[in-house]
Formats: sequence, C-alpha cells, structure tokens
Amino acid sequence: MSEIKIKDKSIAVPGETLAVGMDTLPGAGTYRQDEKIIANRIGLAVVEGRTIKLIPLSGRYIPKTGDTIICKVIDVGFNGWRLDTNSAYSAMLPIKDATSDFIARGANLTQYYDLGDYLVCKIVNVTSQKLIDVSMKGPGLRKLKGGRIIEVDSNKVPRIIGKQGSMVMMIKDAAKCNIVVGQNGIIWIDGEPLNELLAIQTIKKIEKESHMSGLTDKIKEFLEKNGNAKN
Amino acid sequence: MTYKQRIDGRKFDETRPIEAKVGVIQRADGSAMFKIGNTWAYAAVYGPRNLHPKFLQDPQKGVLRCNYNMMPFSSSGERVRPGGSRRSKEISLVTGKALLPVLNLEEYPNSVVDVFIELPQTEAGSRCAGICAASMALADAGLKMKDLVCAVSVGKVHDKLLIDLDYSEESYADGAVADIPIAIMPNSGKITLLQMDGEISKEELIKLLEMGKKICMDIYEVQRKALKEKYQEVEA
Repeated sequence: MSEIKIKDKSIAVPGETLAVGMDTLPGAGTYRQDEKIIANRIGLAVVEGRTIKLIPLSGRYIPKTGDTIICKVIDVGFNGWRLDTNSAYSAMLPIKDATSDFIARGANLTQYYDLGDYLVCKIVNVTSQKLIDVSMKGPGLRKLKGGRIIEVDSNKVPRIIGKQGSMVMMIKDAAKCNIVVGQNGIIWIDGEPLNELLAIQTIKKIEKESHMSGLTDKIKEFLEKNGNAKN
Repeated sequence: MTYKQRIDGRKFDETRPIEAKVGVIQRADGSAMFKIGNTWAYAAVYGPRNLHPKFLQDPQKGVLRCNYNMMPFSSSGERVRPGGSRRSKEISLVTGKALLPVLNLEEYPNSVVDVFIELPQTEAGSRCAGICAASMALADAGLKMKDLVCAVSVGKVHDKLLIDLDYSEESYADGAVADIPIAIMPNSGKITLLQMDGEISKEELIKLLEMGKKICMDIYEVQRKALKEKYQEVEA
C-alpha cells in the first residue's frame, strides 16, 4: 500500500515528494521517480482516488486544443491572419476557417479582419512545436467591435466564469455589460463607461480573491452595493 | 595569528540571517527576494515568451536567459559601473547553467524564459543569493521544474573550514583563503554549480561539500516556506 505524504488540497513546491509506492498514479503536474511521485511545478495537490495531480496556481497561458480564446490580429498574410494569443506562441487563422462569406482570390484580407482587431476564436489544433490553428466557425466566435480589453491571470479564468457561467452571468446582469471571457486570460467588456468600470472592478476582485470560499455570495453583495450607487 | 573566531561572531558552520519572500514584483510572471546578511537579491522571471531574433530559437526546447546585475550603489567599495562587465557576464552564464538541470524546458519549444537578477546591496555570496532567488522565482512563474536549487558559499580561511563567507573573510589578508560557491538540487543531492577561488586540499574540499550540502537543506526549507506562504491562503 502506498503512502501519501501530503495533505489533500495543500500547496506543493517543485521537487516535493507527494507519495511513495507504486499503487498511486502520477497525474498532471507530477512525475514518477522510482517509487516516489514528485511535484513538477508549484500547485495545489489534489488526491483523486488513486491519482495525485497538481492544480496550477500561476504561470503563463499554455494553448490547449478546444479552448475559446480572445486574440489580437498581428499580421495579415496571403492565406490568413496571424494572431497574438497572450502566450509564447502566435496562432494562424486560415481563410477557410475565418468566415463563411465567399472571399475572392487575391482579395484584400484587411477588410475582414484588420491589424489590431480582437477576435473570439477556438483552438482547433496545437502541434508538438506549439503551432496553433484557430477557427472562427462556431457559435459565439466573432470579431469584437468596440468595448474594452482587460488582461487577467489565465489560471483564474474558471473562477471568473463560474459554474456553468454563473459568475459571469451575474456580472453581465448587474453591470449591464456584454462580456466575453477568453481562456487565455483576455476579457472583452462592452457597455456604458461606468458600467464597464464596475465590471472591471468586479473581475479584478474575483481575480484577487479567487481562492476564497463563498466567493459567489461575496461578489453578489459587492455588485449590489456598488451597482446601485452608480446607476 | 590564526583565524580563531569569525569577525561577526558566527559559528563556523552558521550562515548569516536569511530572509526570503515570493511574489515581490507584480508585473513579472514570477518573482522572489532572497536576503542573506547584507547581500540582497531580487529575481524576476518573464515567460515562456516569444523569442527574437528567430535564429536563437530552439525547436527542441525553450531557451533560458539569465541576467545578473549588481546595482551601481550595491557594493561597499567603489561604485559599480552600470551595465554588463566581464564578471557579470560570467556569473549570468554560471547562474543559467546552475538552474538549467531542474527546468523542463522541452515543454516550451521555440520560446524563452528570461531571468533577471538584481542586487541592490552586496557583501559576498551574491551569485549564491541570486541563484536561490532565481530558483524561487522560476517556481513562482509556474514553470515545469524537477526540483528547486539552493546555493551557498563554503570556504577556508587560514586553517578553518567555514560556511557563507562574508566580505571580510573573503578578503582575509593574513592567510590563505579558498572561496567555493556551490549550488545543489536538494532532493537528489546533485551539484549544479561548483566554482573555486583559492587553494584547498582534496580532503578539505570533500569535507566542505558535505558541510555545504547540510546548509543547503536549511536554505531549501526557507525557500519552501516562502513559496508556500505566498499561496497558503489558497489552502483549506
């Protein structure tokens, strides 16, 4: 029987031994060395049945297939657009995945998406060399017009979205803003200036207090208190 | 005259007071501070991020760039001329080489991880303090790494073997001095940095390495505590 060396839901630092024995399995963020399972990064250790995994608490966004992200157009080429993904790697948006409109050969691509435009897109493929293919075909994927962009820690995005989008829905209702949250930590907010400000304040608060329990109630209270004052 | 007692009254196997903190630079992806006596090191890590010029990119693994810098007012002697020097270039290189063995950079091909180490004040042992700070900052940046790195200087002053030399001991004039900075991966006990200035016998070197390893485990505890402190509120 293997021995688990660390308390469930406690912080592990790189190199820390999490468990000893062969019947526990190394999950994400851990590796096995002989009998031991060792932490591969800093994170929250979670024991799930027979596996131990680490939930990352910090770090840059690492692109993953299936993520919906908000990107900025940084270059326009012959076959498509190059996008900044807020990670170490840029993404390619080919013409055929960009729009369902007919685009004539040799057309000026900037009339669809110009440099500096922000797009909501989905990652369809990430290669071992971290070449990223994105697509604009799907529900909710579009060019963002107006509004403002803020950046948050990509590890906190799940808390900002909440269970089935509950948290972001609450902010949308209270601040009367349109909000799109990208999994790469880029958030687009569009509304009246004061409402936008409230949404930003709320999101920053969630980012700061993301680890606290009862966060939803706290944010609800915050929105009620500050929302009325401004409207 | 033999070297009977250390000038600041420490025991021969005792370090100067150590203080460590993680997350001291908000804008950085990871950051840490490491103070040992009057030597203060701040490290900031950025990345993995896009690497230019493109010919520097490595498609098999990410690149680690280290930059060690003593601030102009940091030393107790002459003003340090700002900008790179032969010395800072060498220390940047050995710092990078001391940190590379713990990093799993193959997870980040074609990218770069930048480490900036700044020293606002120094009194010997600055490369070791820099390595300790940088290893904490790398962990704070959420990078994949096998272990932390702990570093300390050991040495011999006249006929005494001692730990964590300060400036007065490094420049002791009445006898031979050997100054040996070492860096260790605490969980495997492997050495990632070993340099020497001076002269020493084989037996004494082996003994010093043993002493250094022991002290590195204490430093590891300090680093671990500092890292956990930043994130402790996430627990429970």
